[in-house]
Amino acid sequence: MTRAGRAGAFLWSGWAGLAGLSLLGAAWQAGHEAYGHFILPAPVETLAAAIALAGSERFATVAGETAVRALTGFGIAAGIGAGLGIAAGYSFATLRAVRPLMTVLLGVPPIAWIVLALIWFGASGGTVVVTVVVAAAPIVFGAAAEGIATRDRGLDDMARVFGANAAQRFATLSLRALAAHLFPALAVALGTAIKVAVMAELLTSTGGIGGALASARAQLDVVQAIAWVLVAVALLLLLEYALLQPLRAELERWRRAAEPWGVRR
Amino acid sequence: MSVLALEGVGHAYFGRFVLEQVRIEVRAGEVLALIGPSGSGKSTLLAIAAGLLDPLRGRVVRHYARQAMVFQEPRLMPWATVAENIAYPLRLAGVAAGERRARAALAARAAHLAPEDLARFPVELSGGMRQRVAIARALVGAPDFVFFDEPFTALDVGLRRAMQDMVIETAAGSGFSALFVTHDVQEAVRVAHRIAVLDAAGKGIAGERAVPGEPGLRSPREVFATALGFLEEDPLFRGVERAEERRVGWA
Repeated sequence: MTRAGRAGAFLWSGWAGLAGLSLLGAAWQAGHEAYGHFILPAPVETLAAAIALAGSERFATVAGETAVRALTGFGIAAGIGAGLGIAAGYSFATLRAVRPLMTVLLGVPPIAWIVLALIWFGASGGTVVVTVVVAAAPIVFGAAAEGIATRDRGLDDMARVFGANAAQRFATLSLRALAAHLFPALAVALGTAIKVAVMAELLTSTGGIGGALASARAQLDVVQAIAWVLVAVALLLLLEYALLQPLRAELERWRRAAEPWGVRR
Repeated sequence: MSVLALEGVGHAYFGRFVLEQVRIEVRAGEVLALIGPSGSGKSTLLAIAAGLLDPLRGRVVRHYARQAMVFQEPRLMPWATVAENIAYPLRLAGVAAGERRARAALAARAAHLAPEDLARFPVELSGGMRQRVAIARALVGAPDFVFFDEPFTALDVGLRRAMQDMVIETAAGSGFSALFVTHDVQEAVRVAHRIAVLDAAGKGIAGERAVPGEPGLRSPREVFATALGFLEEDPLFRGVERAEERRVGWA
């Protein structure tokens, strides 16, 4: 299948996702009718508010602030997590030394990191980025270490017979084994980055979508609050489907070839 | 002149010796079949000869420039197409992309793969086709020496014969030397110039026999008669097609 064909098939598969989202909308509407406007505003009204927000002057500043902080934290977390994970995947001594640290990092709730970062760095964008890094890096680390440690050693031997040095084996074999584990983890880490960034902004009053949510809560404006949540979700979907999924689809074409016909359509 | 020599090679796993004092010489242009019962250390010996394992004792002397190997399983990269898999050794050698494609197509044709198979992924191929891709990959770089590790065990009889013929033709055409590990005496008689029998306990080479005639020129009747003669009348071949694994002793 050509690249355009794959893109078309992917877009066509969006109908199924749209059906799932319609079910959520129906449940939301039912909740609205049962509990009233103040508790749960109507989905159409909230959607209209979100669209109005997107057209407003301050939208680019507010959403951009959150996006930059989340992406900076995500980028640093992906770099540190993948780097350490690759090293740990090759060296079991390193894996044994680093894994408990990552478990500790994963075990501490992000809210605790926000409090500590507030004390260490004050109420600034840096606090948000640090919290995102601490929350997302262990996810990437675990996947990278797993990807390298479970690589097919038979392929490594095959490459060695044909004269591949360590760098060639890493570039041509290990990176592909790594990608299969890394991409799902990067998608989770990106989601975590957006969620933690909004939460940190809300608690540290440093602007962004979290800041806008705090202000909506102070004014008891439920429509605005949910509209900002929709904006955060839209931001996550945009980043995931514009950045991660195209790269993943390109690298994992062969998996699609292995799918039964009925699953592909 | 020998292109590959194993001199007093020995190897042990976790203190248990699986090979001791193995001496083998493969001459230029010669296909040497190495046979022995299952578990006698044939694959370990091949890995040592190919440089995948460092022997605990002895040494390996190689007088060739390029080597290749066909493993028992195809060992293809699942994410790469047939063409990319076949061209892998050329990619490692830094050959330009255009030349890689052309040479991969030629090697695929020699392995009886259709041009439309080149764009497929390994998951879309049958077991026999995957092994043909592995053979094409081994031959694409015009190697001087090829290691075969029971490459056709998983294939049905017809395909196995076709693949053996392909090895015989290519070896005769390009003149590479080969060490061909198998536990099938008939296969050894078909493809090899000479057969070395590994001791059942891995304690050196029990003996060698030259196979009458030339590979590719032996009729099926001759192959069958020679193999039967070896198995029924020659004590060297007693037990070589035994299926059960041997038990290794402590070092």
